[in-house]
Amino acid sequence: MNGGSTIILALLLPLGGAVAIALAGRISANLRETVTLATAGGLAMTVWSLLPAVMAGERPGVSITELLPGVEIAFSVEPLGMLFAALASGLWIINSLYSIGYMRGNNERNQTRFYVMFAVSLAATMGVAFAGNLFTLFLFYEALTLSTYPLVSHKGDAATVRSARVYLGILLTTSIGLFLPAIIWTYSVAGTGDFVTGGILASKINGPAVGLLLGLFVFGIGKAAVMPVHRWLPAAMVAPTPVSALLHAVAVVKAGVFAVTKIIVYIFGVDFLFAEPSSGWLLYAAAFTIIAASVVALRQQNLKRLLAYSTIAQLSYVVMAAAVLKPLAEIGAAIHMVAHAFGKITLFFAAGAIYVASRKTEVHQLRGIGLRMPVTMTAFTIGALSMIGVPPTGGFVSKWYILAGAFQADNYFAVATIIVSTALNAAYFLPIIYMAWFMREPEPAAAAHGEAPWPAVLALAITALLTIAFFFFNGATIQLERQVVENLL
Amino acid sequence: MSGLGQHLPALQVVVPILVAPMVVLLRPRGLAWAASTAASVLAFVIAIELTLQVLGAGPVGYLMGSWPAPYGIELRVDALSALLLLVVTGASTVALVGGRQSLDAQIEADRQPYFFAAWLLALAGLSGILVAADAFNIFVFMEISSLASYVLIAGGPDRRALPSVFKYLIMGTIGATFYLIGVGLIYMMTGTLNLADMELRIHAVGDLTPILAAAGFITVGLALKAAIFPLHVWLPNAYTYAPHMATAFLAACSTKVSLYVLLRFDFFVFQGNLEGHDLQFAIYLMPLAVLGILVGSAVAMFERNIKRLLAFSSVAQIGYMMLGASLVSIAGLTAGILHIFNHALAKGTLFLAVASFAMVAAGLRLNELSGIARRMPWTFGAFVVAGLSLIGIPGTAGFVSKWYLIMAVMELGPAGVPLVAVILISSLMAVVYIWRIVEVACFAKTEEQGSSAIAVSPLMIVVTWLAALANIYFGLAPALPLTLSGDAAAELLRHLP
Repeated sequence: MNGGSTIILALLLPLGGAVAIALAGRISANLRETVTLATAGGLAMTVWSLLPAVMAGERPGVSITELLPGVEIAFSVEPLGMLFAALASGLWIINSLYSIGYMRGNNERNQTRFYVMFAVSLAATMGVAFAGNLFTLFLFYEALTLSTYPLVSHKGDAATVRSARVYLGILLTTSIGLFLPAIIWTYSVAGTGDFVTGGILASKINGPAVGLLLGLFVFGIGKAAVMPVHRWLPAAMVAPTPVSALLHAVAVVKAGVFAVTKIIVYIFGVDFLFAEPSSGWLLYAAAFTIIAASVVALRQQNLKRLLAYSTIAQLSYVVMAAAVLKPLAEIGAAIHMVAHAFGKITLFFAAGAIYVASRKTEVHQLRGIGLRMPVTMTAFTIGALSMIGVPPTGGFVSKWYILAGAFQADNYFAVATIIVSTALNAAYFLPIIYMAWFMREPEPAAAAHGEAPWPAVLALAITALLTIAFFFFNGATIQLERQVVENLL
Repeated sequence: MSGLGQHLPALQVVVPILVAPMVVLLRPRGLAWAASTAASVLAFVIAIELTLQVLGAGPVGYLMGSWPAPYGIELRVDALSALLLLVVTGASTVALVGGRQSLDAQIEADRQPYFFAAWLLALAGLSGILVAADAFNIFVFMEISSLASYVLIAGGPDRRALPSVFKYLIMGTIGATFYLIGVGLIYMMTGTLNLADMELRIHAVGDLTPILAAAGFITVGLALKAAIFPLHVWLPNAYTYAPHMATAFLAACSTKVSLYVLLRFDFFVFQGNLEGHDLQFAIYLMPLAVLGILVGSAVAMFERNIKRLLAFSSVAQIGYMMLGASLVSIAGLTAGILHIFNHALAKGTLFLAVASFAMVAAGLRLNELSGIARRMPWTFGAFVVAGLSLIGIPGTAGFVSKWYLIMAVMELGPAGVPLVAVILISSLMAVVYIWRIVEVACFAKTEEQGSSAIAVSPLMIVVTWLAALANIYFGLAPALPLTLSGDAAAELLRHLP
């Protein structure tokens, strides 16, 4: 099978899976979940089968239709998208496993709709990852927003509907209000929106307009959650935990920072932006988001909200790394997407497992819980260490590259930001770890509890192992992402 | 092509107008509907065939009784009229095919033949305006379609339709009278009613003041009929209280046909003759378009009755079309004309879905629709798809016209930035008013109203979904409407450098 049809298969497989899941849901829950896992496995195999070709420097692509003159729906696989797709499709398997444990353990309603929409949002994610031009990216970006809305509003009570409204409202407002005009602006000055190595905007626009266009893109891509368009992420915490994992690790926020990175590298071009002073503000906006979100996270009592603000800070690591505009930092941005995904999905899985097993949601309730849920809390600890950037976890690797890139650019502001933020990360994660392991439970818990259902525990154990494994086995990823900046090295 | 093929422009009008009186005689239940539907389907097929001819070989002309123009009556179908013919006959066909159950529920059986006769007359009138090549026949068909529309709107069980149709009647008559005064002035100066001839003969007119006055009368009169802000006040109530299927038919096409005549006159007849007409046109209509977009969307955000909400949204959407036209550029006109087509797709689908809701829900106020998504998931799915098209989400037809409109506005350079903002803000307002409905329909608690015995017929669901899928199809493969509107824009602008 050639690359083009593999791409199309990767888009259609989850959609077909969604239909099959809907049908299977009428027969039995077991069948439905088997279909989900099979679809996830099939998608991962499809996506990963593209990997050798991309590693070898090929760029498989396919053009579907020319919508308007110069505007077509086209896909093309380059290293950033390959990494994102491989990550999302791989994590979907683990996430499905976890979903089974979580949704059953919680007796959630409308589980079939949940699995169907999950599959649809994965299809949208594949579209984002493989998009060959800005228009295609936008098409699937919006599809991802809309297909995750039923997931975020899953519970359907008044508070959930309000939060889901914030989610949809911010993401649609920014994308229609800022992202779309930025895209149309790009098409009208460059005549194309294709992702091209080295960018397409050099010599097409200059001066303050560059900074403005960059701003439209960065804030228009609300999924990247650069302040002040971050509010949707804490709001979306009302969703079931597997959805939070989807949002924070597998697809949604990753689609945001992925799109920002891709636009910086392939639309503006790293050298062009570096030479253009009006684009310098992005670094400071990202740095502000990192610090501010970390400070807010310090003050959170609700575990999931704390993790949400941690995500906001971590996303801006990626944006800041991309904004450093040096090859090593761009590599750092790409691998931080992976490292953060492994770490954060572990943390969310753990938070969800704690909720399923004990109904605890607040940080102060976690005293002594390590003894009751040793596997979960070990995984949580590993995830937290990765967020801080302690070896031997994945978070260390990406921080290393981002710092190296910052030094390459003699950008000591970025270096200082990373140092301060590392201290802040430690300040809000270490107390939780300490409480969980070394403090006694305040009084006998209302009901004795152990670990969450086994699929959930298995899932979070796997992601914790992946977090550590990424510290040791990251050579292939870096080799892949090196291709992104080959022309600059 | 067979001998019949060359008579298609005439048949486009003749078929519905001849079937209309016959329908009155068809008393047995269902026959009137069947005959009207057949006539409408035939009209749709004729429109498709005409479109293919226009696409293949350019405008199709037809001389009634072979009398040469300007003495005889000339019919002419070009890209612009072909596009509108598709919209008009398509909307009528979809509403008739899918709407039988809704019509049966709303129109008493013994009055149905009259209702369907009026429907066909409206169809014939609207099609007639589109094929006619002279100002007077346009007027005649305009009156036919208007009078028939009044009957359609007042034909439902809702008595509140009567005062609103009276308002519509008064305003519509004023509009038609203005138009007639304008045409009279031109006839006085040129001695012709044929549009093409008119355009040539105005060159020879020495004193252009009467022509200028005519342009004013015609533009204002047609703006009234096209419900261009602030002359839209008749529209929301007329659409709200009309029988649901009549709303689906008329909302998709009636104002657009008046807009078509407006474009015809302002661009074909006046553009090349009146000094600075393009500038005047733009200066007067652009602010109105912008206001219409903003006010229409804003009112829709707060409206409680779903039909009136959609009607105010139409006011805003007409503003988009006018905005495109008032740019007086190829790109702008293409966007405006394309939006005529795309908006008809979206709004037609929405009103079809609303007609289905009306059969099951207690009423059409938002709180009466709570939980409707759970009771009618399929219909509601189609509603959401069309709603996304109205918002302009990529992958739907609405996105294509918005993309073109923004591109056209950006051609203005920095001056276009506020207009881009207007378009985007209004799109966001559309998100708000569509999502208000979605939230109520999906999440609001349903009061126990007892399970209603009526189930919506599968045919209606299928037709609604076909219409919804057309929104997606023309969002991904917009070549047909795009070619037609591009050709139409080029033709309308041939006088400009």
